[in-house]
Amino acid sequence: MIERLAETIRTAASKGEALYVRGGDTKRFYGHAVEAQPLDVRSYSGVVDYEPSELVITVRAGTPLEEVERTLAERNQMLAFEPPRFAPGGTIGGAVASGLSGPRRQAVGAVRDFVLGVRMLDGRGNDLRFGGRVMKNVAGYDVSRLMAGALGTLGVLTEISLKVLPRPAAEATLRFEMPEAVAIQTINTWLARPLPISASAWQDGELLVRLSGARVAVESACARLGGERVDDAEDYWRSVRDHTAAFFRTDEPLWRVSVPSTAKPLELPGAQFIEWGGALRWLVTEADARTVRAAAEARGGHATLFRGGDGQTPVFHPLPPVAMDIHRRLKREFDPHGILNPGRMYKEL
Amino acid sequence: MDRVNTQSLTKSTGATLPGIDPDRQIDVVSRLRERLPAEAVLYRPEDTRPYECDGLSAYRELPLAVVLPANEEEVAFVLRTCHEMMVPVIARGAGTGLSGGALPAPDSVLLSLAKMNRILAVDPVARIARVQPGVRNAAISDAAKPYGLYYAPDPSSQIACTIGGNVAENSGGVHCLKYGLTVHNVLRVRGYTMAGDLIEFGSEALDSPGYDLLACVIGSEGMLAVVTEVTVKLIPLPETAKVILASFDDVRKASDAVAAIIAEGIIPAGLEMMDQPATRAVEDFVHAGYDLDAAAILLCESDGTPEEVEDEIVRMEAVLRREGATNLRVSRDESERIRFWAGRKAAFPAVGRISPDYYCMDGTIPRKRLGEVLLFIAEMERKYGLRCPNVFHAGDGNLHPLILFDANDPDQLHRTEAFAAEVLQKCIEVGGTITGEHGVGVEKLNQMCLQFSSEELERFHGVKRAFDPQGLLNPLKNIPTLHRCAEFGRMHVHNGQLPHPELPRF
Repeated sequence: MIERLAETIRTAASKGEALYVRGGDTKRFYGHAVEAQPLDVRSYSGVVDYEPSELVITVRAGTPLEEVERTLAERNQMLAFEPPRFAPGGTIGGAVASGLSGPRRQAVGAVRDFVLGVRMLDGRGNDLRFGGRVMKNVAGYDVSRLMAGALGTLGVLTEISLKVLPRPAAEATLRFEMPEAVAIQTINTWLARPLPISASAWQDGELLVRLSGARVAVESACARLGGERVDDAEDYWRSVRDHTAAFFRTDEPLWRVSVPSTAKPLELPGAQFIEWGGALRWLVTEADARTVRAAAEARGGHATLFRGGDGQTPVFHPLPPVAMDIHRRLKREFDPHGILNPGRMYKEL
Repeated sequence: MDRVNTQSLTKSTGATLPGIDPDRQIDVVSRLRERLPAEAVLYRPEDTRPYECDGLSAYRELPLAVVLPANEEEVAFVLRTCHEMMVPVIARGAGTGLSGGALPAPDSVLLSLAKMNRILAVDPVARIARVQPGVRNAAISDAAKPYGLYYAPDPSSQIACTIGGNVAENSGGVHCLKYGLTVHNVLRVRGYTMAGDLIEFGSEALDSPGYDLLACVIGSEGMLAVVTEVTVKLIPLPETAKVILASFDDVRKASDAVAAIIAEGIIPAGLEMMDQPATRAVEDFVHAGYDLDAAAILLCESDGTPEEVEDEIVRMEAVLRREGATNLRVSRDESERIRFWAGRKAAFPAVGRISPDYYCMDGTIPRKRLGEVLLFIAEMERKYGLRCPNVFHAGDGNLHPLILFDANDPDQLHRTEAFAAEVLQKCIEVGGTITGEHGVGVEKLNQMCLQFSSEELERFHGVKRAFDPQGLLNPLKNIPTLHRCAEFGRMHVHNGQLPHPELPRF
C-alpha cells in the first residue's frame, strides 16, 4: 500500500503534477483550496501497535479518528490534545497534519507535543521514518513534530506514533458570570495556582471552567473556586471541541486569533468565544483582515482566517521574510517538485 | 579600538599550535575586535584552552578565537563577520553537554553566551519568564519561586547548565514523564541565523503561523540558529510531593512494576530505577538510605495537592506490593524526600568515585524490552570485562548505563567504545533510539548511520541547509555525512528490524 502511494507520488513528481493529499476531507475548508488530483490515504488504515502501559499508540495515517479514540477508550486512555472532529470520518493523519487541538490543549499541550514519530513519504516518494515510539529521543532534528501542522505540504504521513494519556478519573465544570476583561484576568490568576484546570471557555459574560483529575483534587478545587456546578457538561465541551456549538455555526468569516493568554481584549466588532485561558480567541467579524491581523500582532499573536474566507485573503498570518526564506527552502528540500498540497498554506509553498 | 598585537599573536600560536593558521587567526580576531572589546575576543591558547571541550572531554580542539558577546548586536556582528569570512561558529553555554555538542571545529570561532545571563522578566500572571541564553536552568525556578511557580525540566546538571544549552539539546530530567522535555516547556526562542539575521521561533501565544520551526530548533544541537532569548513556561509549584522507595529482588520485577503503575492510569511525577551496583556506589557516597540487598530500587514520586498525593501514594503502594516489592518506604517529610532523591541525583559523581573514568550511555527503549536489554548489558560486561552499573529514567524508557574504565589504559578505552556501540545498536534493534536526552554531538555520529537510512539522513542535511545554506554553524555534528556512514560500513537497522530478521545473529 505504501508502495502504491509512493508510486503515485513518483509519477506525479516526474510529470510535475500537483497532488491534493487528503484523508476524510473533513477539514477541506482549512487553508487555501488545492486544485489537484486527490491522493487519498484512507485505505492505509489500522492500528500498528498499541501498548497501554507504554502510553504509546502507532497507527496508520488513514485510520479514522473515531477508531483511534475508541481503541484508546477501551483501555481508559485518550488523545489528550482533543483533536477537533468537524465532521464524521476524519483521520488521524488529518488530525496531525492540520495541527489543530481542542479545549484540553491549554493544560496538556498541542498535537505536536504528543507526536513521537512519523513514517512519511516525501515529495520524491521516499519512504522515511523520523522520531520513534519512545518519549525521549533527540537523535537528529525533530522532523516528526515539524510535520504536525504542515498541512501535508512537506510529505504524506503514513504512520504516526503518539503519546497517549490516561483519562482523568473525575471531571467537573463550573460556571461564573464575568465580563471579558475580568474573565481573562481571573482565569490566568487561577492557572497560576495548582488547580487541575483542563479547559476554559468564555462567551457573552459567562466563563466555564473544566477541572480534571483525581476525584479528591477535582472536589477540593470546586470547593475553592465556587461558582455554579454545571451538570452533564460533556456535551458542552464536545460542542466547543468539534465546533458544533451555535457560535461556530456561521456563514460569516470566522477568525482564529492566537495571543498570549493575558493579552487585553481585542476590541473588534463582532462576536467572540475565548478558550485556552485567554490564549485562543475565536472571532466572528466583518472587520477586514488587516484590522484583525493588526490587533493580533499588537498583542504578540497572529490571526488565521479559519473559515469563510473569500479565497483571496491569505488564510494564514503572513510570515517575516527571514522565516519565509527558511520555509521555502524546507519545502524545496522535502518536496523539490512542489507537488504536495501546493499553496494550501502559503502561495509560496 | 584595541587592535590585535600581531607579533604576540604569531608568537603565541604559530610555533606551538600547528593546527591553527596564524594569518587566518589574525584576520579573524582583528575583524571581530572592530566592534567587540578586546577582552571579549580571546585567542591566546591559555585563554581559549578552557573552551576546547565540553562535558565529553575525550574530544578536544582549540578554536581560532573565543568571543564573549554581551548583547544581541554583538552576536549579530560576530555571525555576520564569520559568515562573510566563511568561519565556522560554535555556540556554547555552560559547556556541561555530554556529547561534544560544544566541541570547537578546526579553525572556528567559539561563541560563548555566558555573558548574556540576565533574567529579563518574570510574569507571574501569564506564567512565563523571558531570559537570556546564559541563565542557568535552576536560576529560572529560583526567580519564579516567590510567585509559587517554577520551570519544570530539571536535567541533573541544572545548577550549572544554561537554558540556551537546554534549548540546543532538548534537555529532559527526572520529571519529564509528567511535565515534558524542553520542547514542551519553551514557548518562544529568539535568535540569529548564521547569516546574522534576527528570527523568532514560536511566540508567547500558544502557537505560531507556518511550520513548527520552534520544534525543529529545539534539540538541533546549535546547528540551526544561535539563541539570544528564550521565553519559558512556568507552572505552579505543587503544594506537596512524596516519594516511595521500593526494593525488588529482581530487576525484571521492578521493570514490570513500572509498567503496572502506568497501566493503573497513574502518571508519577518521577519514576526512576537503579540497579544494585549503582545503589552501592551511591550509598557509600551520599548515604541516601538505600536498600543495599535489593537487586533494584524504584523511586516513585507523586506531587500535587495533599489529597491527591495521599491518594496516589496509596494506589502506587498497592501496585508495588502486588508486583512483589520486598520493601517499601514513603518519605515522611521534605528532608527525607530530598535525601531519597539525593542518591539518584548523585549517581554520576558517585560512580566517578569508584572508577577512574566512566562512559555514560543514553539510549531510550520501549519499557517492555527493559529486561532483555539489561540482560544484554550484563552479557556485554562479561564479554568486555568491564563493569556497568545502571541508572534508568524508568518512566520514559531512558537508560543511562555507566561503563567503568580507566582511560589511561588504551585497551580499556577501546573495549568501552565497542561495549557502548553494541548497547546502542541493541537499543535501535528493540525499537528505541541511540540518544534520549544527551544528544548526538560528535559522539554518536556512527550510530546515526544505524538508526537512519541514507534518504533520512539526507533530509536532515536538507533541514540544516534550509537554515544555514553554507553549513557554518556547528558543522559536522549531529548528522553524519553519507560518506562517513559508508566508511563506517555498518547496516542500517530499520525500526528494530535488521535485514533478514529470520537469521540468528550473535
